[in-house]
Amino acid sequence: MSNQRELCTFVVADLFFGMEVGKVQEILRAQEMTRVPLAPTAVRGLINLRGQIVATVDMRRLLKVAPRAAGTQSLNVIIRTGHGLLSLIVDDVGDVVDVPDSDFETPPETMREARELVVGVYKVEEKLLLLVDPEKIMQLMRSNEIRS
Amino acid sequence: MNLLEDEVGRMFLIESSENLDLFDQDLLVLEKSGDSPEAVTRVFRAIHTIKGGASFLGLGKIESLAHAGENLLGRLRDGQMSCTREVAGALFAMGDALRECLANLQTIASEGETDTSALVATLKALEAGAAGAQDASATPAATAPVANSAAVSEPASAVVSEPSPPPTVSHPAPAPEMPAPAVVRATEGNVAAAVAPNIETTIRIDVEVLDKLLNLIGELVLARNQILQCTMTEDLVTLPAASQRLNLVTSELQQHTMKARMQPIDTIWSKYPRVIRDLSQRTGKQIRLEVAGAETELDRTIIEAIKDPLMHLIRNSADHGLELPDTRVEKGKVAQGCISLRAFHQGGQVNIEISDDGRGIDPERIKATAIQRGFITPDQASRISDRDAVNLIFLPGFSTAEKVTNISGRGVGMDVVKTNIERIGGAIDIRSKLGTGTTFSIKIPLTLAIIPALITSCAGDRYAIPQVNLQELVRIEGAKCKTAVEYVYGAPVYRLRGKLLPLIYLRKELALDEPGVVLPEATSLEIVIVQAGDHPFGLVVDSVLDTEEIVVKPLGNYLKGLSSFAGATIMGDGKVALILDVLGLAQRARVLSDVRDRAAQAAAAVSKGSQTSLLLLAAPDGGQLAVPLSTVARLEEFPVDRIERSGGTECIQYRGDILPLIKLSAALPERRTGARAVSAFVDPNIKSISVVVYSGLEHPIGIVVHEIIDIYDGPVEVRRGKGREGSVGTAIIQERITELLSLDEVIRLGQAQRHAAEEA
Repeated sequence: MSNQRELCTFVVADLFFGMEVGKVQEILRAQEMTRVPLAPTAVRGLINLRGQIVATVDMRRLLKVAPRAAGTQSLNVIIRTGHGLLSLIVDDVGDVVDVPDSDFETPPETMREARELVVGVYKVEEKLLLLVDPEKIMQLMRSNEIRS
Repeated sequence: MNLLEDEVGRMFLIESSENLDLFDQDLLVLEKSGDSPEAVTRVFRAIHTIKGGASFLGLGKIESLAHAGENLLGRLRDGQMSCTREVAGALFAMGDALRECLANLQTIASEGETDTSALVATLKALEAGAAGAQDASATPAATAPVANSAAVSEPASAVVSEPSPPPTVSHPAPAPEMPAPAVVRATEGNVAAAVAPNIETTIRIDVEVLDKLLNLIGELVLARNQILQCTMTEDLVTLPAASQRLNLVTSELQQHTMKARMQPIDTIWSKYPRVIRDLSQRTGKQIRLEVAGAETELDRTIIEAIKDPLMHLIRNSADHGLELPDTRVEKGKVAQGCISLRAFHQGGQVNIEISDDGRGIDPERIKATAIQRGFITPDQASRISDRDAVNLIFLPGFSTAEKVTNISGRGVGMDVVKTNIERIGGAIDIRSKLGTGTTFSIKIPLTLAIIPALITSCAGDRYAIPQVNLQELVRIEGAKCKTAVEYVYGAPVYRLRGKLLPLIYLRKELALDEPGVVLPEATSLEIVIVQAGDHPFGLVVDSVLDTEEIVVKPLGNYLKGLSSFAGATIMGDGKVALILDVLGLAQRARVLSDVRDRAAQAAAAVSKGSQTSLLLLAAPDGGQLAVPLSTVARLEEFPVDRIERSGGTECIQYRGDILPLIKLSAALPERRTGARAVSAFVDPNIKSISVVVYSGLEHPIGIVVHEIIDIYDGPVEVRRGKGREGSVGTAIIQERITELLSLDEVIRLGQAQRHAAEEA
């Protein structure tokens, strides 16, 4: 009997991501944002989440993929990390899926964009679901800054 | 086992650290009185609790230490022996060792490697024998290992090996045996730093306060329900009343929540008696600590922020302020020095005063040191008041202690104290009377959570500037905009009542504009004049909106590194606005162009009305040039045949050194052409050259000038701003138009030009 994991899924560009349901607090429509000058490039701004100020990271910028076409909608996924709440801008949000541990594989060495964020890959129907570790987002933000 | 992951473990750490604080306080009482049943009972109970917890959690080292201490305390409690200085010393050492173990548990998740067996042996020996008999046997066993063990702090060894002098002697042995005071200090410091983060995140609140909060929340819920009902039924009659009620409840809730965060300043002061005890033992001074207003309440974030500065000031008073008993008696004072702490509320602020009745600060000595370190000129020194002179000790890098001791005076001086206090919107001042003492007074705001701020807007976003940093607002309209801002070395300045004020353009500093976008010409100029530390500067924003009380919220870990912002706040419309950190912004701007400071100084030196010494020079085209004489070391004349070439540079052997030469006329932009710049000394008619030797750099540099005319002393009024590169302005001197040059800039230009020529 293999164990199951519940993942909340979302789409960024043509990539299909999953994050443990427990780490996701809520999903919001696009919020009004205040930009933060001099912040890392991936940071789009600050949102007011019921009185709490939360930094917003654009997943496309973080992964360095082409920016969203103007006028297309985006969603905010609010996640809980060891460094506090963080809002991720994604293209779309999918279902919550159950995945068995037996379908888990470590990410292939040849994977490019999301290599640093992804801790593993689940083979689901017709596509691959990339498991994101929220704790690695800050790390990637930093290393992006150093490189640029 | 990682204790921090375990609820019981965490509770143990927090509780033990609190118990150790109580332990210190009560042990001090005990040491003074020699025998106080209440204090003994409390000390005993504190150690007993720690021992119990440690044994439950399997922390062997803590348990054995606490056990030995408990047994010793048991004998004190039963009245079988009294608390002599050696007993107290050993117990203090045990407390310190326990603290270190606790700190290690938090940082490296184990009790640490330090050997405590010697200390345990000392405690056991003290417990076992009558004081006199065991002294001899314990000493060799205890002191030797103690000396090289960092865990056992110095009091233990010092005290145990001393043949117990009575606690109040007029000549305390000037602590001869201090094996490794530096090590002891370091350990202590680490403990404080390591324990802090965990402990300070918990707070004890009166249950009454909590109940009150809960009541108010209940009211709030009722008010909300009412309003919801009103809006649903579109009942516009009761709505005003309901929203009025909501308003009241919210304000009250705000007040009470603030109150819950308040803590008496005693939370930090209660640690000082122990510090004073150790300091007096180490320095051989007798110190009395007087405390008034310990119940004064402050927001806990502020308490946290002033903890280190206050500690520094107290160490400073004990170390530099107070004299040794002999000296005091000679001067007709009582042998025992006094440090007094006072705290009180005044005008919505908290005042804290730290005074000593020591030797006071000698303004003449401060001035002499400041001149020696190059902070002020002798001329300036003769003009400043004694009070201002004393305040010079807040300059970075200033330390008047003749000898640096391990208690204070280790480089992280008063400037850090000042910076830390100013960072929370406070101010510090010194009053000192030579021979009678020094008082530091600190004014700090009650809270950092809600502050008045000026809301400004820039590039479509709002930025809040804390009112404490604000000095004045200047608005310039119409045609004046273009001329109001002048440039010194490319750095914008504004002339405010005759003084040059460096300007920072918020748009530029925060990179708010997309690169390449050309902005329409502004029709007005808004300058917010702010004070960062001692330096006022002007912040140019798009528009000034309003003043508001804002709630300060942290930016969060993801944006921690941004020093230009102090936090964020939520505006009335629900949008987020950033709060500017004026000090951080100033530092950032200065890092980007450190010439700005020098430029401002240079410009200030030659600006309106100042007495200035200038060296007047003739340019090849007949014009008159001037450089500040203060930057000139010597004037020399060299025969042309002494010029040698080395590595593409013209040089002259000068006083056993090599003096590279830069030709002034070639370095200045308008007249330079590539060929002349590289080889400037080919004219066969010239037999000798006039050289101005520049003094500002580590190695001298010679600037070849066409002709030296004169030295001019007198007022200079700069008529026009900066012209070409290298010039700081134009003035009329001796009825001739004179271009004022900066030698720093000329040298920079000359060097840049040479690099360019080499590359070509």
